[in-house]
Amino acid sequence: MSYDFRNTPTIDQVGIEERVARFNTRSIKKGTKVQALKLALNMIDLTTLEGKDTEGKVKQMCYKAIHPHLALPDLPSTAAVCVYPTMVKTAKDALKGSSVKVAAVSTAFPSGNSTMQIKLLDTKFALDNGADEIDMVISRGEFLKGNYNFVFDEIAAIKELTHKYNARLKVIFETGEISTLDNVRKASDIAIYAGADFIKTSTGKIGVAATMPVTLVMLDAIKDYYFKTGIMVGMKPAGGISTAKGALQYLVMLHETLGNAWLDNKWFRFGASSLANDLILQLEKEARGVYFSKDYISVD
Amino acid sequence: MAKKEAKKLEYFTDWKYAPAPEATDHIRLQKQYELFINGKFVKPNSGKYFDTINPANEEKISSIAEANDKDVDLAVKSARTAYDKTWSKMPAKERAKYIFRIARLIQERARELSVIETMDGGKSIRESRDIDVPLAANHFFYYAGWADKLEYAFPNRKPQSLGVAGQVIPWNFPLLMAAWKIAPALATGNTVVLKPAETTSLTALKLAEIIQESGLPDGVVNIITGHGPVGASMVNHKDINKIAFTGSTNVGKWIQKAVAGTDKKLTLELGGKAANIIFEDAPINQAVEGIVNGIFFNQGHVCCAGSRLFVQESVAEEVIRKLKDRLETLIVGDPLDKNTDIGAINSKMQLNKINEYLKIGVNDGADMYQSSCSIPKKGFFVRPTLFLNTSQSHRISQEEIFGPVLAIQTFRTIEEVIEKANNIPYGLSAGVWTDKGSRIFNMTSKLRAGVVWANTYNKFDPTSPFGGYKESGFGREGGLHGLAPYLKF
Repeated sequence: MSYDFRNTPTIDQVGIEERVARFNTRSIKKGTKVQALKLALNMIDLTTLEGKDTEGKVKQMCYKAIHPHLALPDLPSTAAVCVYPTMVKTAKDALKGSSVKVAAVSTAFPSGNSTMQIKLLDTKFALDNGADEIDMVISRGEFLKGNYNFVFDEIAAIKELTHKYNARLKVIFETGEISTLDNVRKASDIAIYAGADFIKTSTGKIGVAATMPVTLVMLDAIKDYYFKTGIMVGMKPAGGISTAKGALQYLVMLHETLGNAWLDNKWFRFGASSLANDLILQLEKEARGVYFSKDYISVD
Repeated sequence: MAKKEAKKLEYFTDWKYAPAPEATDHIRLQKQYELFINGKFVKPNSGKYFDTINPANEEKISSIAEANDKDVDLAVKSARTAYDKTWSKMPAKERAKYIFRIARLIQERARELSVIETMDGGKSIRESRDIDVPLAANHFFYYAGWADKLEYAFPNRKPQSLGVAGQVIPWNFPLLMAAWKIAPALATGNTVVLKPAETTSLTALKLAEIIQESGLPDGVVNIITGHGPVGASMVNHKDINKIAFTGSTNVGKWIQKAVAGTDKKLTLELGGKAANIIFEDAPINQAVEGIVNGIFFNQGHVCCAGSRLFVQESVAEEVIRKLKDRLETLIVGDPLDKNTDIGAINSKMQLNKINEYLKIGVNDGADMYQSSCSIPKKGFFVRPTLFLNTSQSHRISQEEIFGPVLAIQTFRTIEEVIEKANNIPYGLSAGVWTDKGSRIFNMTSKLRAGVVWANTYNKFDPTSPFGGYKESGFGREGGLHGLAPYLKF
C-alpha cells in the first residue's frame, strides 16, 4: 500500500496529555485489578541488555520468566525474555519446554549506527540461534534528516529476513531521540507500512524511555491502520515502567484505545525488568491482604 | 499479522471495570433546609417545603424551604442593612480576607461538596471533584486578590460598588455558578441575595454553612431557595441595584423587559448552540476527543456546549467513524462511580425535553446514532447521541437541547462554515480545530461568539472572561472584565 509519509496526521500534544490524564483517573479495583496484574505479568518481555551480561545471568532470568514467584504457583509466565543475539542460544536452551519466547535486539542495538550488511548479519545470527522475535532499531539520524525512504527500506529489509524465519519483528524508534509526537506518529506509520509486527518506543539505553503520551500516539497509529486495513499490529512500550500502578494505567489506555482484541501478549508487551516484582508484590497483597517484605520475592 | 474482516473494536467485554463508588457515609445532610437570611437559617414565611431528589435513583434527599415575596423582602433588607452598616465601610483588604477564607473552606470541604453536587445534580463525581469544586474555590481566590486593587483594574475611573445584587443561577453547575456570582460581587463591595435553581439547592446551602463559618458579617450573603416566582420577586424588588442571571434565553428576555425603565444594572448569561468546527488539517484524534468533551461534558448541560459539529467534507467520514467508535468507550451510569463519564440528566423535566428533541430529530429526517451502552433502569439517563445528515434548518440544529445530543453537519469551504456557524440567534462560544495558526486567528475574528476555543474545548479559568453575543446575553463573568458589571464609575 502506498503512503506519503509527509502527510501523516498531526498531533496536538496538549490534547494527548489531557487524554492520558483521563485514563489515569480510572479506578481499577478488586477482580478487575487482579485480572490486570496477571495480564501485565504475562505481557512482560523480561529484559537484560548490559555489557556485563553472561550466560549465568541469562539462565537465572529465564528461570524467573517461567516461574515468576514460587509462592503463587498459578501465576502466568512472562511473554518473553529479551537479550543480545549472543545470548539467544543460552536463553533458548534455558526456556525449552516453556511458552516463553526469546526476543533478540539486533541491527547494531542500541544506536543502529552501522552498515546494512552488518545489521542483516546481526539479525541473521540471532535468527539462526533460534530467536522467535527480533527487536530492531531504526536509524534515527537518517529519520531526523528527513530520509524516510531509508528508514522504510531498512525496516522492510529486516522484515524480509524475519519473515523467512517466521519470526516477529519489533521496530524500536527510540522516541526520546526523535523527540516530538509528530515524529513519533510519522515513525509509527513508516514502520507499520514497512511491515512491522510490533512498534516499540525505546531501547532503555537513554534517559527518556516510554511515556504514556508517546504510547498513545503509537496506539492511535495502530488503530488508524487497523481501521484502514483490518490488520493488527502490536505495541511495546519499553523502559521506565517499573510499578504495577503504572502498568495498569497503560492497560487502561490500551483497552480504551484498541479494545479487547489487544489485551493479549500477542499484541502488547512491556519491555521491563523490575516491573515483574512489583506486580508480584501487588498480587500477593490482593491474595493475602497485606504487603510482603520484598525479601520474599526473588531478584533474578 | 492477523487479518480480520470486521473492522469494529469491542470494549469492556473481557475486562469490565468493577464498581468504584465514591463513599457517601461521611456526608451529613439535614432532613430539611431553611432559608439563609441575615447570617441565620430561618423558616420560610410560606411554611412550605419542596423535595430535592437524586436524579440517578429518583430518591428524595432532603426538603428545601420555598421562599415567598416576604422572604425575598427580608433577604433584601438584610443585604441592604449589611451594605450600609458594614460591608461598604469595611476596608477593601479586610473584605478580601473573608473571600479568601471562603475559598480555603471550600477547599477543605471539597470532597463533601463534590459528593453532594453529584448526588443532587447527577453529574459524574469525576467532574464535580476535578472541575466544579476546584474551580469554585479558584474563583473566590482570584477575586479575593482583586478586592483591594479595583483602582488599578480601572485606573482614574473611581470604581464604586452598586449596593445589593440579586443573583439567580442555573442547575447545571450549582456551586460553581454560585462562586461565579458571589465572588466578584463581594470583591467589588456589594452584598448579595442569591437564589439557586430548585433542583440543585444543596451545595448553595452548604456554601451558606461555609459562609457562616467564615465569619462573614451577617447579611452580606443571603441565600434563598424556591421556584421561578422567587426569582421574579427578586427581579421586581425595588431595593435591588443589580440583577445577574444565568439561565435560559426565554427567562432572560422576560427579565430584561421587567427591569426596563428601572435603574437596575443587568447582566445575562443565557443559552447557546455553539459551532465546533473541524478542518481537514486538524489533529483528528485529538479533535474527536474535543468533540466528545464539547458535547458530553456534564451530560451536555452546558450553555457553551459544542452542540453543532461542522466537519470539513474531506475528513467527515473519518471523523464520524472515530466519533462512533469513541462513543462506545464512554461509561454511562452511576454518577458516584469514579469511572463514570456521563452521569444522570438533572431532572425528569429535562429528560422529557431531551427525549422530545430526539423524536423531533428523527421526524425531521436526520439519522440518529446512539452508543450501544446500557443505561440504568431507574433514574434519568440518555445515551450519548449523534444526529448525522442534519441540515441548518433542522430544529435540532437551531434550538438548544441542553443534553448529550450532537447535530453534525459537513462543510466545504471556510466562508461556508463561518456563515453557517454565525447563522443562529445565539453567540456564546465556538471551537476551531486546525493545525494552521493563521486560520485560527482568522476564524476567531469572524465568529460571532463570546468565547472561541482553538484546538480545545470547554476550558474555564477564573482569570478568563466568559459571556455571550446576541441572544446568549451580555456582560462578562471571570477575569478583570467580571468586576465591571458590579461597579459604577
